[in-house]
Amino acid sequence: MDLHFTGATPAAEEKAAVDGVPLAAIGVRRRYLLPFLHAIQDRVGWISPGALNYVSRVLDVPPAEAFGVADFYGLFSTQQQPPAVAHVCDDIACKAKGADRLRAELQKAQGPEGSSKDGKSTWRRTPCLGLCERAPAALVRVAGERHSEQALAPASASDIRAALQGTQFTPPTLRASVPQMGQAGLTLLRRVGQVNPESLAEYRASGGSLALRRAFEMGPAAVVREMIESKLAGRGGAAFPCGQKWNSMLSAALPRYLICNADESEPGTFKDRVLMEGDPYALIESMIIAGFATGCEQGYLYIRGEYPLARRRLEHAIRECRTQFFLGNNILGSGTRFDIELHVGAGAYICGEETALMNSIEGKRGEPRNKPPLPTQVGLFGKPTIIQNVETLLNVLPIVTEGGKAFAAIGTEPSTGTKLFCLSGHVEKPGVYEVPFGATLRQLLDLAGGIAGSGKLQAVLIGGAAGAFLGPQDLDTPMTFEGTRAAGAALGSAVIMPFDDTVALREILIRIASFFRDESCGQCVPCRIGTVRQEEILQRLAAGKPLLSHATELVMLNEVGQAMRDASICGLGQTASSAIESALARFPVFPGEPSEANR
Amino acid sequence: MNVQNAPDPKIPVPRGPLPILPAQRPASMVEITMDGKSVSVPQGSTLLEAARSIGIDTPTLCFLQNLTPVNVCRLCVVEVEGSRALVPACSRQAEPGMVVQTHSERVRLSRRLVLEMLVSSVDISTAPQFQKYMRRFGARPERFGEAAPPAATDERDTAEPGHHHPPEAGAATVAQPVKIDNELYVRDYGKCILCYKCVEACGVDAQNTFAIAVAGRGFGARISTEYNTPLTDSACVYCGNCIGVCPTGALMFRREYEMRQAGTWDESRQTRTDTICPYCGVGCTLTVHVQEERIVKVTSPLDQEITQGHLCIKGRFGWEWVNQKK
Ligand SMILES: Cc1cc2nc3c(=O)[nH]c(=O)nc-3n(C[C@H](O)[C@H](O)[C@H](O)COP(=O)(O)O)c2cc1C
Ligand code: SF4
Ligand code: SF4
Ligand code: SF4
Ligand code: FES
Ligand code: FES
Repeated sequence: MDLHFTGATPAAEEKAAVDGVPLAAIGVRRRYLLPFLHAIQDRVGWISPGALNYVSRVLDVPPAEAFGVADFYGLFSTQQQPPAVAHVCDDIACKAKGADRLRAELQKAQGPEGSSKDGKSTWRRTPCLGLCERAPAALVRVAGERHSEQALAPASASDIRAALQGTQFTPPTLRASVPQMGQAGLTLLRRVGQVNPESLAEYRASGGSLALRRAFEMGPAAVVREMIESKLAGRGGAAFPCGQKWNSMLSAALPRYLICNADESEPGTFKDRVLMEGDPYALIESMIIAGFATGCEQGYLYIRGEYPLARRRLEHAIRECRTQFFLGNNILGSGTRFDIELHVGAGAYICGEETALMNSIEGKRGEPRNKPPLPTQVGLFGKPTIIQNVETLLNVLPIVTEGGKAFAAIGTEPSTGTKLFCLSGHVEKPGVYEVPFGATLRQLLDLAGGIAGSGKLQAVLIGGAAGAFLGPQDLDTPMTFEGTRAAGAALGSAVIMPFDDTVALREILIRIASFFRDESCGQCVPCRIGTVRQEEILQRLAAGKPLLSHATELVMLNEVGQAMRDASICGLGQTASSAIESALARFPVFPGEPSEANR
Repeated sequence: MNVQNAPDPKIPVPRGPLPILPAQRPASMVEITMDGKSVSVPQGSTLLEAARSIGIDTPTLCFLQNLTPVNVCRLCVVEVEGSRALVPACSRQAEPGMVVQTHSERVRLSRRLVLEMLVSSVDISTAPQFQKYMRRFGARPERFGEAAPPAATDERDTAEPGHHHPPEAGAATVAQPVKIDNELYVRDYGKCILCYKCVEACGVDAQNTFAIAVAGRGFGARISTEYNTPLTDSACVYCGNCIGVCPTGALMFRREYEMRQAGTWDESRQTRTDTICPYCGVGCTLTVHVQEERIVKVTSPLDQEITQGHLCIKGRFGWEWVNQKK
């Protein structure tokens, strides 16, 4: 391409950072845009004009476009900033666990958000870091030749300051995240905390690779048949039947691609992180089986940028699998060819949306694509693509070993198998819990030790920021796809986040509105501007300063919500009002106005 | 005539593939129902084309016949039976048996809200089509409250994505100072509805220069050069094709901008004359806008067969010598 560049030139260390990224010999070059930007951000703490010019030249991407990409992602900074940055979560689960206090303490010690006393370190707020079970959470990144990233949870102001100075903390064991650890009867969580996540040999000694061998014996068509019979539904939020998706791939043109969606950014969701930290080889094995069954030889694993430990474990596991014939051209001597490329997100919730994720892998802004065509027809790099969530994929192992029928016998008729739930907020024992589908909300809350805080339940958020609030009167709702739907909610990413009666719900709602405003990709009008107007209306109502009257504000809120739901391109805009509307319908949220429930 | 062989090498011509001329229509037809009427359109037609074929006036903002549809404004949405959300008529293809409503309550509400959202956040003073649409759908953008104060110079260009600061008061807007950094045209992004047209025109749809792209995210999304570099340092070659497709006057000839500022711009006193550009052998059609015997602006009709409304720097701006002769 005939490109034009400004005079800005890269520093030696910026060049070295880019040149240090290993490149595959084949494939679309532009997919290295995010890896290159990560390398620069990790080395010098921001993306300078000279560094951007260098990347654009190497990849033959117009600099204006490369800038548009860098400027899209929250973890890339296009303004100079100090090398050490603490990203401090102020999202809803952390709010329930003292995040506001933590921020106040930091502000006192470090100065206001974004400021730096020494030019070396600063802090800023971030949406949910996926560490909600150990709230309040922070992620500390220190750029440099030996760059470091560590998650602190629970985080204190003094630990955050120490980490900014370079102190390395030992991460807590997974026991803090999996209260059921070691119990009999677990399937997906069976190995978590029990089997060394950094040894393929120990994974295999614990039964790993049995499913893969079984799948090779069965052949692709039989695996797809078992998937259909299992009635497994996607665990990423949309609950689409997997067997149907796999089946539709069989007639697609070659090459085909497989993607594992590990972007997990829905506030309150952390189950995929626990699976990847605790059982990374199982995810690789599941991906190989999925690739084998649907005829994909290349897999892509897209993990959110805020999961440093899970990423290191997966990087290690992928490397080890390649040397042990567990990935590559001849897996376990079967002649099957499959490999995995790890892609790291950069701070954008929208990249969990499947088509935005594909754009992100392709080195573009994470803007969702218009559907149709579906990804199974035109997906990654324009090729037929199957994309599944981490937890969805892990269910493939029991389906292959035990059979689809046995799997379908677990749970309820429409919701089959076991399910991971993310309990956080005001519960005594927050963490990931695995139960067969069918348990009620009350049973799950009891499993997690009951309501913490004041002990009196006010409201429970189900399914994340894109989900809905239920109240104490809904405790007998079965946490199944059909049960939550009947209660006017949706299972979503299986978030269960109770709030006690001391929490100001209006602040939670404003935080949710502000989340969607920040995370909208900005492409379509209803979502880009609707999320702004929604937040403004809530702010006015919370301040008791409606424009005309409380009632006209509610009418506007309702209409903005409907336009977002009806006319937005993707699920983000379509669900950006759902939690807020559900809360207003059930609880008296704002002063001076009775809610519908009390009217 | 091959554009690549244009005689004068100094003329910046599109380096991409030749403009795609309207494809031969396949013979097979698709039958759909629209507002209760049965419509038959050639396979591959969009719902917008189907609507137009039976005289249904569908409002559009980001659609332009010579650009790839980006379907981002959502003003053209219609209701398709069996589809949970509304669908954009400008890009959704007609499928056999589709039942489409273009005037339902849901459609009207979404269109009204899209207009209210845009008009409450963008300066539409040089985009007259909005007035018509607002009347038609009963839009009342003022109900979102008074506009918040405008952004300072470069404030929107340096905001990092991810964490805005809560609004203090008023309805957020994209109001900001005009960018004037060259002699030929100005960029007034306070008037930008983010329709992506300029980016497409500067990119593969016409110019292949890629001087501008969408940057930022959410309400902070904006059209920008890399790091907000002035156009004079950017890749821009001043073909003006972005001006030609901009629906709101956010991109404007500097002459027009200055005349408007001075209060002397008066379209009722302007003539528009179509002629053929004399510079090179491509032979683009020019529409020359003349006020008081001076060329004040040059456009090109979108249905012009050769370059579909796109021009180069000479055809677009190279007329000062004519004015000087006077
Ligand atoms: C805004 C948005 C964010 C999403 N985030 C995720 C995510 O983080 N992880 C995920 O697996 N699916 C996410 N999804 C759902 C995906 O689009 C897609 O449905 C899913 O990856 C399909 O896999 P599954 O069928 O296994 O669930 C998101 C969807 C939307 C609209
Ligand atoms: S709904 Fe929101 S996130 Fe989705 S495409 Fe539109 S602007 Fe982007
Ligand atoms: S005038 Fe507009 S379209 Fe032409 S090169 Fe410059 S920015 Fe691109
Ligand atoms: S500047 Fe004009 S053409 Fe470009 S996005 Fe804005 S409104 Fe559209
Ligand atoms: S980590 Fe803070 S809300 Fe999830
Ligand atoms: S005209 Fe169809 S979405 Fe803009």
